Amino acid sequence: MSQEHSLNPENLPKDPAKATLEGRNKFLGLWFFLGGETVLFASLFATYLALRNSTAGGPSSQDLFGLELVFIMTILLLTSSLTSVYAIYQMKNYNFKKMQLWFGITAILGLGFLGFEIYEFYHYITDYGFTFRSSAFGSAFYTLVGFHGGHVVFGLSWLIAIMVRNAKRGLTLQNAPKFNTWALYWHFIDVVWVFIFTVVYLMGMVS
Amino acid sequence: MSIASTQKRGFGAILWDYLTTVDHKKIGNMYIAAGAFFFILGGLEALIIRIQLVKPENDFISAGLYNEMITMHGTTMIFFAATPLLIGLMNAIMPLQIGARDVAFPFLNSLGFWLFLAGGLLMNCSWFLGGAPDAGWTAYAPLSVVSPGHGTDFYVMGLQLSGAGTLMGGINFLVTIVTMRAPGMTYMRMPLFTWTTFIASVLILFAFPALTVGLFLLMFDRMFGSAFFDIALGGNSIIWQHLFWIFGHPEVYILILPAFGMFSEILPVFSKKRLFGYTSMVFATILIAFLGFMVWAHHMFTVGLGPTANAIFSVATMAIAVPTGIKIFNWLATMWGGSIKINSAMLWTLAFIPSFTIGGMTGVMVAISTADYQYHDTYFVIAHFHYVIVGGVVFGILAGLTYWWPKLFGKVLNETLGKIAFWLFFIGFHLTFFIQHFLGLMGMPRRYWVFLEGQGLDTGNLISTIGAFLMAIGSVVFVYNVIITSIKGEKAPADPWGDGRTLEWSIPSPPPEYNFKQLPLVRGLDPLWIEKMEGNNKMTPAEPLDDIHMPNGSILPFIMTIGFTIASFGFIYQVDHSAWLIAVFGGMAIALGTMLARSLKDDDGYHIHKEDLEKEVD
Repeated sequence: MSQEHSLNPENLPKDPAKATLEGRNKFLGLWFFLGGETVLFASLFATYLALRNSTAGGPSSQDLFGLELVFIMTILLLTSSLTSVYAIYQMKNYNFKKMQLWFGITAILGLGFLGFEIYEFYHYITDYGFTFRSSAFGSAFYTLVGFHGGHVVFGLSWLIAIMVRNAKRGLTLQNAPKFNTWALYWHFIDVVWVFIFTVVYLMGMVS
Repeated sequence: MSIASTQKRGFGAILWDYLTTVDHKKIGNMYIAAGAFFFILGGLEALIIRIQLVKPENDFISAGLYNEMITMHGTTMIFFAATPLLIGLMNAIMPLQIGARDVAFPFLNSLGFWLFLAGGLLMNCSWFLGGAPDAGWTAYAPLSVVSPGHGTDFYVMGLQLSGAGTLMGGINFLVTIVTMRAPGMTYMRMPLFTWTTFIASVLILFAFPALTVGLFLLMFDRMFGSAFFDIALGGNSIIWQHLFWIFGHPEVYILILPAFGMFSEILPVFSKKRLFGYTSMVFATILIAFLGFMVWAHHMFTVGLGPTANAIFSVATMAIAVPTGIKIFNWLATMWGGSIKINSAMLWTLAFIPSFTIGGMTGVMVAISTADYQYHDTYFVIAHFHYVIVGGVVFGILAGLTYWWPKLFGKVLNETLGKIAFWLFFIGFHLTFFIQHFLGLMGMPRRYWVFLEGQGLDTGNLISTIGAFLMAIGSVVFVYNVIITSIKGEKAPADPWGDGRTLEWSIPSPPPEYNFKQLPLVRGLDPLWIEKMEGNNKMTPAEPLDDIHMPNGSILPFIMTIGFTIASFGFIYQVDHSAWLIAVFGGMAIALGTMLARSLKDDDGYHIHKEDLEKEVD
């Protein structure tokens, strides 16, 4: 069964991402993986909550955080999740060009988020002297938010790699599951950010 | 790819075959071989510990080396011996039990194995590179943060690598069991070993990430100057204990549940009776796993969490005795009225029941938080967990290996040697650890390099050391049995025990690479037994004979592992000299580059053709 030719709705199953056992396995495997990731982030959140007031005389969360910047970052990341939904919708309609377009927008929004995050860290370090080594709060903050940022970097590299690789090939039963699992992963990163926004930034502003 | 590859091949070809294999049976065998290697290593470390403690104020090894021995003994046995031996058996047997041709992610399976092996080897490299980890297998902060030299760095990176590998294995088993069961194999028809593999994989999935985070924090504190455990900068060392035990307690159930599964396979076969209370066995397994996540703080009763926390964790811990008790009675009832055949696999099983029950009862004792202040950090605790880990997990592994050896390697282990190994090991085990209960109650603390004369500890320690040597001799006999069997043993039929009940006994020993020529139709619990009772003696196929799709082998997992290992060395040594950052970036580049190659290269696998399959005799 050669799948080199791209797919179209006439000759194809309803959902190309889950038409093969391999596709279903990948999707389920990623779900399980996200279960493990949940524990990973839960552990990081717990560590952060235990240490968030341990500033050791250095800057505290009230001194540092500004909600304007975080608001823009949140909007960018939430919107990128929405655009990835559109991309998957286009995939199910076998519209490869539009899928690539929406994924492209997703990638740009993600890059925007990352740019703001790098600026945020830079700002804390240069303007406040607040680093990874300043205090236990600093270590916990950069580790939690940094792990999320690392996931964003990994996700963007992954997306760009499969977009470039498949640009000229169109949609196949081989690559449809890859796009699909990527979208699931991206939603998870988005959800984690919602928690970071609440636990780190909102709680950091009020307490 | 020819299936009939029985002709002699060169060493290079065999090596390449194993480096690139994605066959779950070969990977399982490699797990078992590597696990056995580390088991011997951990055993030698145990012997050195026991020699040091043979008499009061002994100076067989120095205090520093003693710390390294106890740390490496614990770490090696838990992470690099028990876990891989179990994962090896799961890998080799579970797909056969559910009637699958392979696991869901063969590539990931291979990667998981290589990462585990790299982690184990990396940590043991520390012996030759300035000293092994010496902060105890639990690596409590702040001791582990300030421990000088690179020993603890090797601990961190080694466990990080092998932990990633184990997590991959867990996810792989979960997906395999959910999506790849043969037609008719419903969840409540799955053999108990498959069930316990499934539940243990859930535990792996939710427990290991907590260790990952703990290790990252320790790594950052040691290598990059963060302050998680640094009290001066507001850090809190109790965080390590919580993260370690949120992982560590489920880990003991990751080990014991598959062992329970194996006993639940062995007892029905050699009692010629179906497992008593199958449904309650399944639910007891799930309940143990669930409660296993609720009890981690019982390792921390003396930390000072307060009476409320201690009381809650105390009660939750005692509750685990209930589902475990259900299992014990089910095993006993399985044998009741059965036609019992006692061979060495059965001997390990029979020995397990009382041994493990003793460990379970001392478990309830140490679960009483008020009393635990007396037991904590004494030999009583050592005795307790060796009764459950050796009496449960090691007996289980040895029983399982004896039982499935013909399926794995096509030859039945020698019975006489098997029995000699059993009796030596069994007597040695009780001699070593039973007396340690009393040593602990008399106040002998764990992890101490020497004890003083005239405190009533001399005889007990001597007996314990003698027992350890008996266990060692028993292990040597077991290994001798393996060697002699592989040289002289006769080829085993598909069902060497004659009373096999589950699917793995319906296919040749060892199975062909595609496992099932035609997927079997499962008509109930113990599917092969059902067919035997109806006079069929073989499984009814669920599909016509057709081409079989197989995954291609790949060297990429091995290269990826090498990349991560180089990066690990870089992380360890960049503290001394920043030039080592080259190794960090280089290693990560290799690993991520391989990952990219894997993602971008299409790999459709290959087909074994119908015509070739027809030529194969059953």
